[in-house]
Formats: sequence, C-alpha cells, structure tokens
Amino acid sequence: MASSTTPAPSTDSHQEHAHDEHHEHELGFWQKYIFSTDHKVIGIQYGLTALGFLLVGFGLMILMRWQLAYPGEAIPFIGNLLKNVLGDQMIGANNEMTPDLYNSFGAMHGTIMVFLGVVPLAFGAFGNYVVPLQIGAPDMAFPKLNMASYWSYLVGGVILLMSFFVPGGAAKSGWTSYSPLASFADTALQNPGIEYHMIFNGQTMWLLGMVFLISSSLLGSVNFITTIIQLRAPGLTWMRLPFFCWAQLVTAFLLLLAFPPLEVAAIMQLMDRLAGTSFFLPTGLIVNGAQVAISGGGSPLLYQHLFWFLGHPEVYVLILPAVGIVAEVITNNTRKPLWGYKSMVFATIILGFLSFVVWAHHMYLTGMGTKVSAFFQTTTVIISIPSVILITSLIISLWGGSIRFNTQMLFATAFLPMFGIGGLTGLPLAFSAIDLYLHDTYYVIAHFHYVVAPGTIFGLFAGIYYWYPKMSGRKMSERLGKMHFWPSLVFMNGIFLPMFIHGMAGFHRRWYDGGASYELAQNLLWLNKVMTISAFCLAIAQIPFIINLFISWKLGRKATDNPWDATTMEWATPTPPPHGNFLKPVTVYRGPYEYSVPGETRDFSPQWEPDSK
Amino acid sequence: MEIPYTVTARADTGLWNAKIGIWLFLASEVMLFGGLFSGYVFLRLGAASTPDYDWPTELLNVPMGFVNTLILIGSSVTVILSWSALKLREYNKFKIWMSITLLCAVAFLGIKTVEYTEKFTGYGIFLNDGAEIKGKYATEQEGFVTIVPKYPEKAEAAGFTPAPATLAVHEGSYVIPVENVVRWSNFQPSYNTFYSIYFTLTGLHALHVIGGVVVLGYFLFFGGPMWRTNPEHLANRVEVGGLFWHFVDLVWIFLFPILYLM
Amino acid sequence: MAHSAEEIRSHVRFYIGVFVGLIILTILTVWIDQFHIGAEDSDVGNTIVGLAIATLKAGLVAAFFMHLTSEKPMIFRFLFATVAFVIAMFILMLLAHFDPIVPVFVQ
Repeated sequence: MASSTTPAPSTDSHQEHAHDEHHEHELGFWQKYIFSTDHKVIGIQYGLTALGFLLVGFGLMILMRWQLAYPGEAIPFIGNLLKNVLGDQMIGANNEMTPDLYNSFGAMHGTIMVFLGVVPLAFGAFGNYVVPLQIGAPDMAFPKLNMASYWSYLVGGVILLMSFFVPGGAAKSGWTSYSPLASFADTALQNPGIEYHMIFNGQTMWLLGMVFLISSSLLGSVNFITTIIQLRAPGLTWMRLPFFCWAQLVTAFLLLLAFPPLEVAAIMQLMDRLAGTSFFLPTGLIVNGAQVAISGGGSPLLYQHLFWFLGHPEVYVLILPAVGIVAEVITNNTRKPLWGYKSMVFATIILGFLSFVVWAHHMYLTGMGTKVSAFFQTTTVIISIPSVILITSLIISLWGGSIRFNTQMLFATAFLPMFGIGGLTGLPLAFSAIDLYLHDTYYVIAHFHYVVAPGTIFGLFAGIYYWYPKMSGRKMSERLGKMHFWPSLVFMNGIFLPMFIHGMAGFHRRWYDGGASYELAQNLLWLNKVMTISAFCLAIAQIPFIINLFISWKLGRKATDNPWDATTMEWATPTPPPHGNFLKPVTVYRGPYEYSVPGETRDFSPQWEPDSK
Repeated sequence: MEIPYTVTARADTGLWNAKIGIWLFLASEVMLFGGLFSGYVFLRLGAASTPDYDWPTELLNVPMGFVNTLILIGSSVTVILSWSALKLREYNKFKIWMSITLLCAVAFLGIKTVEYTEKFTGYGIFLNDGAEIKGKYATEQEGFVTIVPKYPEKAEAAGFTPAPATLAVHEGSYVIPVENVVRWSNFQPSYNTFYSIYFTLTGLHALHVIGGVVVLGYFLFFGGPMWRTNPEHLANRVEVGGLFWHFVDLVWIFLFPILYLM
Repeated sequence: MAHSAEEIRSHVRFYIGVFVGLIILTILTVWIDQFHIGAEDSDVGNTIVGLAIATLKAGLVAAFFMHLTSEKPMIFRFLFATVAFVIAMFILMLLAHFDPIVPVFVQ
C-alpha cells in the first residue's frame, strides 16, 4: 500500500480544477437534479428510486413472512394502519392478512423486486453511472433518451404502487401473471363482491405498468449498447474493456431482445381483459362454475412461452451486472489481475446466447413431450458451463492475493459461495423428472433467491460501497459497513437455507398459511418461525446501511480521486466527476486489471497512464 | 460538452451513433412483431386442431389491402428520394418528396379507417346449431335478435323470419328468438380469434405509422434551422427516420398476405 | 458514407427499379392467390408461396432501401443475433406445440 502516497500525475491536476468545474454550469435546480440529462445524476436517481423499491418489496415480504409463521394472527404494530390504508377487504376483522392480500403481496413482491428494484439498480444505476466513466466517455450517446428511460421507469413504478390502493387491491396472480387466471383476475366475473374499475384495477394496472417498464428498459438498452460501441476512448479496444462493461453490454442485449415478447404478452392480455378477445383463453373455459361468453380458441400455453422467453434471459439480466461488480471489486482488493479475463468475456457472451433457448425448463409441467423436454434439459445443463466458468474464474482470482477485507470485498467474497449455492441447487431443477416433484415448491424459491438475494444483492451492495466515494467524494463508514455485512450474511442464510428443507418436504410455494393446515407439513412448521425471525433481523441489519448511506454523504471521510488505488478509467476523473466527466481527453494504454505488475514502482498501473519506461 | 460521433462516423466502426441506435431499436421491433406473428401462428394452429372451426381466410377487403400495400411501398421510395435530395443538398426537392411520403401515410391511415369502420358496422350472429349469420344493423329487442342479413335465403334456412311490424328495426330485418342465439356482436376484436389478431396486428402497425408520421413530419416542418446550420445532420436524421419507415413498410409486406390472402 | 452526387443519382434510378419490382411482386401475390396450390384440403401450399413472395419483397426492402447491402459489419452482428433468436422462438414454440404429452384416461 506504499503506492497510495504517490498519486498519478494526471489525478494531481484534477484536485485543483475540480472545484471550479463544479460551478461552471449555470443550470437551475430542476434541470440539474430532476430533469437532468447527465448520466451521473440519472444513475443516482435510478439508484435511490430502486433502493426505495427494494425496501418496499422487502416490506411486503416481511408481512407475508408474518402470515406464514403465525397464520391468521393479527399483524403486529401496523395492523390498524394497514387496515385504514388498504381497506376491510384486504385486512380481516382481527387485523389479520386476508388470502387476497397475501396473493397480491406475493405477486407484487416479485414484480417490485425484479422489475423495479434489482434491474434498475444493477443496470439503470450502476450501468448509467459507471459505464460511461469506465469507457472514458463524456456522457451516454443519447442523453435525452436516458432521461426518458428513467421517467418511464418511474411512471411504471408509480402505476404499480398505486394499484395497491384501488378497489380490490393490487395484482394477485403471481409475478408471472399466467393466463387464464390473470385474464379474469380483478374482474366482476371472478369476484362479484367488489366493484372493480375497468382500468384502475390491480391486474390491468400491472399490465400498464409493465408496458412503461419495458419501454424504459428498451430505451436504456439501446443507449447502453450504442455508448459502449461508439464512445470508447482511444486505445480502449474490446479486450481492454473492463469486465463490468462487458457484463452490462450483454445485459443490454438481453433486455433489448427478450423484453419485446413480454410486451406482446402484456398487450395480448390487455386485449383479453379490455376488448374481450381470447388470445390466451381456450374454448369452453369455465370461471366460477359458469362458461364464459367468449369466442375461445386461444392458447394459454402461448402466454407461458412469451413470458418465459423474457423470463429466462431476465435471470441473467439480474445476475450479470452483479458478477461484473464483483469482478471489479475482487481484482481491486486482491491486487491481482482478473484470472481468465478472456474466458470470462466469452463465457458471458455465450451465456447471453444460450439464455434465449432454455426458457421452457420453466414449463416442464405444461404437458410438453419428451423430445422437447430433452432439448430444453440439454440446453439448460449446457448453460451451467459458462456460469461455472464465471464463478470459477472469480474464485481462482482470489488465489495467492494479499486480500484487503474492506466492506465491499466482504460482500464480493460472500457473493461467491451464495451464488454458488444458488447455481448448484438449480442443476437438479434442470431435469424434468426431478422438476416434476420440486416444481412450485419452496425448493425453487430457495434456489432462485440464493442467486438473487444473497447473490445479486450482495454484489450490488459491494458496488455501492465501492463506487460511493466516486459519487459523493466521501467514503462510507467501515464500522457501519461491517455491522451491515455480518448480520446480513447470517440472516440471509437463516431465511433461505430452511426453504430447501421445506421444498424437499413438499411445501408448496403459494400456501397462504405456511402449511399449517396440511398433514404432511406439521413436522417442519417450526422452520417457518426461524425464517420469519431471520427476516425481521435482516430488516434490522439494514438500518446501519441506511444510516451509512445518508450520513456519509456529508460526514464520511474525504476520498481522493482514486481512493482504492484502482486501475479502471472511472478513477481518472475528479471526485465527484463534473458534467462532461473528464477534464481533458483520455487515452487508454493497457488492459483493465494491471495490478502488481513486476518491475513497476506501484502495485497498480492505471489504464490512462502511459508506460513510465 | 459535446457527444462525439453524432454526425460523423467513428473510424473503427464506420458508423455514427444514431445509426446504431435505430438498428438496435429495429432489432427490438423484430422481436416484438416476431412475438405477435408467433401468436398468429399459435391461434391458427389452434383453429386447425379445433373441430368445426375453420380459420377464416376471406373476411377482409383485398382491393383495399392491395392499394394500401402499393401506397406504403410508394412512400418507402419517396422517403429514400427525400434523403437522396438532402444528400445532394436540394432542400426543395427534399420537401416535395417528404410531403408526398406524409400524404401517402395519411392515405394509408384513411383507407385503414374505412376498413375498420366497415368491420365495426357489420354484425354476426352465432346460433345454437353452430351456424353463423352475418349482416348489418343488428339489435336485440323483445326477446328477438334482429339483423339485416347479407344473404336472406341463408338466414331463412337457419330459422330467421322477417321482422314483425311491431319491432322498430331497419328495413329488411330478420329476427330469431334470443334463446336460439349463443352470442352476437359486430366484427370487433372479441368476435373471433381472427379478428383478435387482425385488430391487434394492424392496430399496432397503425400506431407505428402514426409514430413515423410524427417523426418525419417533424423533420419536414421543423428541419429548417438544422438544414441551415448542419445539413449533414439533418440528412442523417432523415436516414434514421427513413430506416424506421422502411421497417413499417416491411411489416406490412408480411401482414398483407397473412391477413388478407392466406 | 461519402457518396458523390453522381453515385446518388445512379442510386435513385436503382431505387425506382426496386420499386417497380416490388409492385410486380405485389400484383403476383394477389394474382396467384386465386389458384389452389398443393394438397386438396390443405392451405399449406398457398401459405408457403405467399410467405415466399413476402420474404422476397421484405428482402428487397431491407437490402436496398435500408442499405443493408453496404452496411457495416457491426450492424450485421446484432441483426444476425436477432434473426437467430426469432427463428429459435418460432421453431421451439412450434416443437413444443407439436410434441404434447397425450393424456390417457383410464376408467
């Protein structure tokens, strides 16, 4: 660490100019912070909004966990408040959660976490803030589209949030919204007791919200790909691109090409609900004991195909940015080059391609024949190879390093086993024979939550601790960071590990009472309490993070331009970077992870500095 | 702060930003219409495997669809001529060709409106025995469903009788008791799966046409300042708008045979 | 794309030629529709012919109006991926449709 005492010549000059630069642009408050076209402001807007939505989604889950561990008991503390806000139909006489509310929380937890929380944080926030800096660009290629992307996302999010407060409550057909269930959800046909609005009902608003979110990610992904292709600084060849940018590039392609079929599904389901068509409704469909007056002739399977055509690439949209962040953090803190950079890049590209041809492994129970099942089992098992290449490379990167265990590194290292558990437990699900038993059990829930919650979200936390000094000019507190990390690690596992046991015991994922009324579940009901208490403790463990996030903005220790002695280009800018990012044109001289180069005076050789020899 | 490569091409890719942007957008559109076409295929296959339901093939007005195809192809040519005019720095020619493009688009939408109106004012009645009687001016009153059938002899064979004078209906109406009717409506999206996919596909396509009109109209009416300061930038914009317009044309080239002919 | 004025003028004549070709193909597709092609009780023959003509027309538009004949490799890279995914979507969905598990009901 002797290196940090000799700052690079180029960063030296930044310090002096940084403050004049800040006041150069005479933009009003609204233009500067609200309707900004600056990728950094938009990135922070995305980040804060997404963190807010993550908190909302987490809150829904806490309430559901209460119901699972203590079925039918009054919701503590906020029962009365919820009753006033959501109405009598949603909260029972005893202040307990009604089945309808449980269903809507389940559907909205998934939707909010995936589409409003993790993707906007991983792609919208980190991608927006970091990618242009890492490639040495002044901004995104289309700044106005970038702003439109954020606002479209916000509108979609607000529509989804508002749907909690309409008559009948939010969507309750699962985050997948399968037809025909969802086609008649929140209509008088399905529930004559409630006066539903034609448009302002849960499921229709869910669909409308999704249309906005899909438009948002379309605009975002066009922008990202163009930016990475066109605005790379001179000398930044493809094989010098930081792995994080590669991950974001592949993610953008997945969003670009996988989302339109979901938009089709949403449009068709909207037509089914609003215009009375039968895209997804078979002939002779019976709802509530009576045949529905529709033309029929539609195909419920069509919906599942269109949904999962998005659904599986979406999984990699959730994971890849986190893998990218972890790669950055690990190389920075082991002070070693990334092991197998090229194989990781190609593994990511292959992962992207393969993710489009595995979707029907979500549909083994729909009556697909053995030939098609065999195809999808094969591709599903094949896709585990690039995933294993990614995680193996990251683990080998740790080997022989003198690791700095700061908070971001703790999260990044914890990501590896957590993501590993999530990935490996997915392998049995790839085989249709095993999936027949495990389908729709808590085993599946545990599997993908291990990938997304302790996996991706830990990766995102690592990113927040890592790039926070660049965004704010101050470091986050290490002490609070460790108070955040260790309980989070313990309680995440406290929640999700028992779910594997529940799943293998046959607990169904949509049981409203956590299994209390099922004979087969009686022996393992106590685990519900373990999980629920873990969830409450996990919530408490986030308090240090929230405090840290806001307090450090003003009170954290001042950071230099390159506080972690990193090599990638975002650290070549002043801290925080001004509008336009770089003070003078930058050129790239070497690969992204040249740490501990033999013969150099320092243990890092930044991309933007020419060879000293 | 200036974003590089908005007008001039980057050396190693040979492209300017918006060119990549529009092709990416079109790639996404390919997936969108690909999904819709797969919906069409699924519905049609579903119809093939359903007994006593044939996929209707000759419900639409072929001459109108034919003319619309020619109009759209023509507008595709004029938009590229307007781009060529800009490249040759002939602003007046650009304005003429672009105006013709927009007129073509409006004509296309006009013909589409006529077609839609024709559908929305036509009615069909499904009877218990599976027969389907089509016509105009259908109503339901006093226990009867009334209609002015297209083929009265077919209606009579299906059990319709001329409307009694007590009913206030259109001249030439026939009636049938309500209990013989499964359902009746005009030719709206919910009438059958063919109309569902027809209205969805052509409606989305029409939205794309409207979007194209807005963008190209903006270049035509508000392109002046950019023409004076940076004509190459305007030419690039028209090229990008034109690429979108060709794509809209390309989608219609597939829509015409699968909806009108096959 | 540095076009000389003369090049563009010759392109314009070419565009008109493509336009005429497209009109002829449109007339062809309507004219051919009155004949029944293929097996007696199946519309597969007509469908294939109609789609073939449409694909040809779409190819003309994409190749010449959209300048794909002289486009840069970068564009082809992602168009290739897109086309591959659309084809995969069609083929796999159809495979799944035509390979169902047939239910067997036992009294």
